[in-house]
Amino acid sequence: MSVPPLELIKGPDETFILNLGPQHPATHGVLRIKLTMDGEYVTRAEPVPGYIHRMHEKMGENRTWNQFLPNTSRIDYLSAMAYTHAFVGVAERAAGIEVPPRAEYIRVITSELNRISSHLVWFGAFLLDLGGFTPLLYAFDDREKILDLLEGITGSRLTYCYYRFGGVCNDVDDAFLRGTKEFVAHMRPRMKLYRDLVTDNIILRKRLTDIGHISADMCRRYGATGPVIRGAGVAYDTRKVEPYSAYREFDFDIPVFPEADSMARYLVRMEEIVQSLRIIEQAVDRLPDGPFIAPKMPKVMKVPPGDYFYATEAARGRFAVRAVSDGKEIPYRLKLRAPSFSNLSLFEEASRGMMLPDALAMLGSLDLVIPDIDR
Amino acid sequence: MKNLIKDSVSGFKTLVVGMRLTIDQFFRRPVTVHYPREALKMPERYRGHIELVRDPETGNSLCIACKSCEKACPSDCIFVEGIKREGEKRKSPTEFSLDFTKCSLCGSCVEVCPTDALRFTKEYNLASTERSAYLYDLLRRLEGQKK
Ligand code: SF4
Ligand code: SF4
Repeated sequence: MSVPPLELIKGPDETFILNLGPQHPATHGVLRIKLTMDGEYVTRAEPVPGYIHRMHEKMGENRTWNQFLPNTSRIDYLSAMAYTHAFVGVAERAAGIEVPPRAEYIRVITSELNRISSHLVWFGAFLLDLGGFTPLLYAFDDREKILDLLEGITGSRLTYCYYRFGGVCNDVDDAFLRGTKEFVAHMRPRMKLYRDLVTDNIILRKRLTDIGHISADMCRRYGATGPVIRGAGVAYDTRKVEPYSAYREFDFDIPVFPEADSMARYLVRMEEIVQSLRIIEQAVDRLPDGPFIAPKMPKVMKVPPGDYFYATEAARGRFAVRAVSDGKEIPYRLKLRAPSFSNLSLFEEASRGMMLPDALAMLGSLDLVIPDIDR
Repeated sequence: MKNLIKDSVSGFKTLVVGMRLTIDQFFRRPVTVHYPREALKMPERYRGHIELVRDPETGNSLCIACKSCEKACPSDCIFVEGIKREGEKRKSPTEFSLDFTKCSLCGSCVEVCPTDALRFTKEYNLASTERSAYLYDLLRRLEGQKK
């Protein structure tokens, strides 16, 4: 489908302002976008973030390293594990703490489970945006299995806060490992069901294919990462380009689709679930014995003075923590680089001249988590 | 015209596939539980609000009022006051209150406690319309459990 050029659709004084959100069924959480519309066409889309700004960065500067740990699972509530991972990672790198291999493997397993559950929420919510209700129920059925597994070892269903400096807070038990294996076996045929029911559905294809182009160049200019840039044909994944934790030891692919449309971003995420299942399978099979947390960890974390950086691949893209320490118990500065913020910032340029329903479909394909944007 | 026929055929196909999967699902067992007639068992590590643990020998709390939990808590939810009673080697708490409105169930207090005097409960039915319902006096709670 071709979009009319901007000059044609921009009438002199016929535009009107449409407020999308902050409370709107098509935006998840409290995102507000001020749309300037010309009939059905978007001429300008101005995101207005900040409705749930919680000062996470500032909070990091007035509490100890340990006390900030629970915050990290609340920045992006759907991929809490990767966020906590980056924060404990930066402190471990700074203090030179050696994390036992078992702990690294457990982190990989739980992070990947978390990625799958996050993609399942996106899958359900995205299709809800497009007007399909049923797939959400299928996706949440599967997601529930992951939440039960993670609840069993962490005690929590969403804000896990499971990692500690030097390892994880509880060891995994046999029930968890068995359950994880069962889940992997269960999930593979389910992917086929999703393909039959949704991916191959002609309505979905028609609504997403060739619509909502976000080029690789645009991704680079705005710093978009994760499935957005991989759906534009760039194989950029922190797990591969800057392998952290134990990711070097696993065999997995980075799904890339060059079409750069909404469908490509959809397909990237669906394929990522399959790859995460592969990683989980390998990690569970090869889980080493040993301690789950480094021995003699101090009760109060202290980090030597310096400027440190650690990045992880969260479900939405690259999450990074930059920490500046002056040697005290409290970090001097904590910068949190949130993927959703960069992914949203390109919306204004990408949506120009699109029809409203297409722009909403593209917004959904960005997989935004609003607390992550606002922090 | 050709496209129209192609679309109609594949449209019909997706319809049939979708209906088949839906009908398949219709005859499966439900995955949901009919709460409150049935309730799921809380897992061992479930994090409800914290409570004090009893010393099996003395019947009193294991807490030595060292205030580590008070310091570790990121949200200042805990208030502990203690005195040294005569004839006892360690301090014991005279007041132990928890402001559950601010608690994020992070578990820092449970982890930091030197005598393992704190643990999570498995309570989740805590709805109330009043803020004061969440100001817990954990010492009184422990005494209440004794009887
Ligand atoms: S669980 Fe965390 S927030 Fe709650 S009282 Fe304990 S330390 Fe404070
Ligand atoms: S840390 Fe434990 S012993 Fe110390 S005051 Fe808290 S509950 Fe009591």
